[in-house]
This record gives sequence, C-alpha cells and structure tokens, in this order.
Amino acid sequence: MSAPEIDRMMQLLARLPGLGPRSARRAALHLMKRRDALLRPLAEALGEAAEKVATCSVCGNLDAQDPCAICRDPKREATSLCVVEDVGDLWALERTGAFAGKYHVLGGTLSAMDGVTPEDLGLDRLADRVRRDGITEVIIALNATVEGQTTAHFIADQLTGSGARITRLAHGVPVGGDLDYLDDGTLTAALRARRDV
Amino acid sequence: MEWTDDGIVLATRPYGEGKAVVSLLTQNGGRHSGLIHGRSRLGGAVEPGTLVRATWRARLSEQLGTFALEALAPSPAVLLLDDALRLGLIASLCAVTDAALPEREPHKPLFDATQAMLAVLDAPPEVWAPAYVRWEVGLLGELGFGLDLDRCAATGVNDGLAYVSPRTGRAVSASAGEPYRERMLVLPPFLIGQGLGSLAEVLDGLTLTGHFLERVVFHALHKPVPAARERLITRLAAAFTPAA
Repeated sequence: MSAPEIDRMMQLLARLPGLGPRSARRAALHLMKRRDALLRPLAEALGEAAEKVATCSVCGNLDAQDPCAICRDPKREATSLCVVEDVGDLWALERTGAFAGKYHVLGGTLSAMDGVTPEDLGLDRLADRVRRDGITEVIIALNATVEGQTTAHFIADQLTGSGARITRLAHGVPVGGDLDYLDDGTLTAALRARRDV
Repeated sequence: MEWTDDGIVLATRPYGEGKAVVSLLTQNGGRHSGLIHGRSRLGGAVEPGTLVRATWRARLSEQLGTFALEALAPSPAVLLLDDALRLGLIASLCAVTDAALPEREPHKPLFDATQAMLAVLDAPPEVWAPAYVRWEVGLLGELGFGLDLDRCAATGVNDGLAYVSPRTGRAVSASAGEPYRERMLVLPPFLIGQGLGSLAEVLDGLTLTGHFLERVVFHALHKPVPAARERLITRLAAAFTPAA
C-alpha cells in the first residue's frame, strides 16, 4: 500500500517501547508531514547519537564522552556510589537532584528465569571499584522485587570487608500515596519500617 | 475458555510496557502461564511466592491466555525483602519449581507442599531448612524420580540406613555401603524420621537432592539447576557458621 521506505520506517518505529503498529503508522505519517521541522532533525539526531553515544567504561552510563560527565565531574562526591539496575534508573535519580555522588549501572539483576549470573553483571568490577576508589558508602538503589533485593543482598555480601557502609533505598508509602489504595505487602513493609516523628 | 483456581506465583517476566507473563503453580492445574495487564498496578501480588486467586481466560485452551489475579495474602517476598536467607529460600523454591515442572500437568501434592513450605517461613531456619530438603525430595517424587529410602537396596534391612546410591536413588545400609562410601551420597537421618536435622545434615540433604535434580530432571531438560538454589545453599552454610 505504501512505499517500502515508509513500511520500513513504520516497522522500526513499531519496535520502540510504547508503540504498536497503529501508533507507529501515526508517528510515521506525522514525521512525513513535518519533514523539515521534525523528520530531518530527528534523523540527524539519531545518526549523531548512534555515532557518538557510548557506554561509560567506569560506571556504565550513556554519554558522548568516556568517562561520562558524571564520572568526570569534580564537584560530585567521589566517595558515595549509587548502584542502579539500568540507565533509566540513573536518569530518574538524577532528575531528583537529591544525590550528588557517583553511579554504577549493573545492566540487570540476578535472574533465575533469564539465567543472569553475577559474572553477567560484572559484580567483580563493582567490588574492585569500591576498593580502588575509596568508596565510603554504597547505596543500593534496586527495585523492591525478589530479583532486585536478591541482587542487593548478593552485592552486600560481595562488599563485606570493603569498609564501605552499605545502604539501600527505603520501602514503604509513596509520597502522595493513599493508604487505602496501597497493596497489603507495601503497607505491611511500611509499618515495619516506621520511625519516630 | 475460563477457569478460576488458587495459585502460587513462581515467576514474572515483563512483557512490553505494562504487561507481564506470569507463571503460577495452580492448585488443580499445575504450572500454568498467562499474560497480565497493568503489572505495576499489581505491585507485590506478582512477586514469587504470593498466593493468588487466578482467573484465566483464552479463546482456545492452547493459547497463552490472560490472567486476572487477586492476592489472597500479602506477598511473603515483599515482607522479607530485608531477610536475605528467607528471600533466598523463596527465590530457590519458586525458581526450581518453575524450571522443573512441565506446564499444565496437575501436581496438587506439590502445591500443598509448597504452600506449607511458605507457611513455615516465619519459623527459624532450623525448622524450614530441613523442610525445604523434604520438599525437594517430594518434588523429585512428583516428577517420577522418587527416592526409595525405606530399606537397603542391597540387604533389604531397614535399620542403619546411611547412604543413597547415586545411580538408583535407593537407600543403602552403612555396612553394605561401606566399601563404596566414596561414591555414595550421604543419607541424612532426618529424611528417615530420625532427628530434626542439623545444618550438616541439611547440607548433606541438599547435596543428595541436588544430585538427582541435576542428573534426572535438569539434564533431561537441557538446562542447569537454577542458580538461586546454589545461592541459598551458600547463604545457609554462612548463616549457620559461627562468626570467627
């Protein structure tokens, strides 16, 4: 029905997260209608990103330079390290502006189902980094799931003896959360982790 | 097609943006998978070990189908996120079940045993660790590889049983097994109703069940024993070792 070039574009767009065939068709049509304002700049931006952006060899972040801007920033606390599952989590923490230390991106969590092992996550590399860089606190910011927390405990074991304080993010009531709508497990975890006012 | 059954969540694999494929050990239908919508909305209800009421719907029975899940109790995993040892138990229990069981084959005794296993999580490890070994023995039995621990395979006596043949899975008495002790697997006394099971016996038991899980179950499936089981054993050994 349409030109093979457009079909190919729609097929590729449909493979993006959150887009299905129907939304990919709409996106493709929109791009074609706004060729100069959107399609060409997008194609250039994609080409440039493909050319320049790479994984930081120190922390696993994505940046156009290696080491990345966070690893090179002298204003950041060099002794605090936050361990996250993927770059999306790093970006989420950066958006908060609440953490001024450095990061370590694992690229996944230990998973029995997917056969992800400590070697796949390069946990030896993390332990080496903690010891080599004189890290005094490691914040494990992994998902509050069985796989996430199994990985957190494994990392804590690996770092025993490193001298660094090992902490993790709190579990409980989200800000703006309505107690009535929370699931029983989260509410029980929050109750157990209560603290003095 | 539609049915409703109670089930224990074994694994959840994210699928697309807000969906996931959930594997359940159902009470009457065995291991069964299905798609769920709104993964994040379900929260802890799709974490391994959670007891849920599941309604499965599909146009044809052979399709993956969709699940509507309702947690019947707070997820034990969510309550034990800080407890590495018990979390390791849940991870191993669910991973081994998910990897070993064929899909859609009823295993009600295993469902009952798994539910009972999750119910003793509040007890000290001295209670649930031997129970976990018994659960693995039960799993082997459910899969058709039951160990014969009633009498000695060589002499027929039922006293002084101390070993298990690594080839047949049958018990062997101390006297009959002595010449082959290097090759025999140790039979922990608590598996034949003697004592409660010390750590050493639990580790012997896990070696015993691990041998048969690997040799007769996972070898045939062309996959390794889930790493979560090995991590549980390491953690159990460390937890019971007095600090220097």
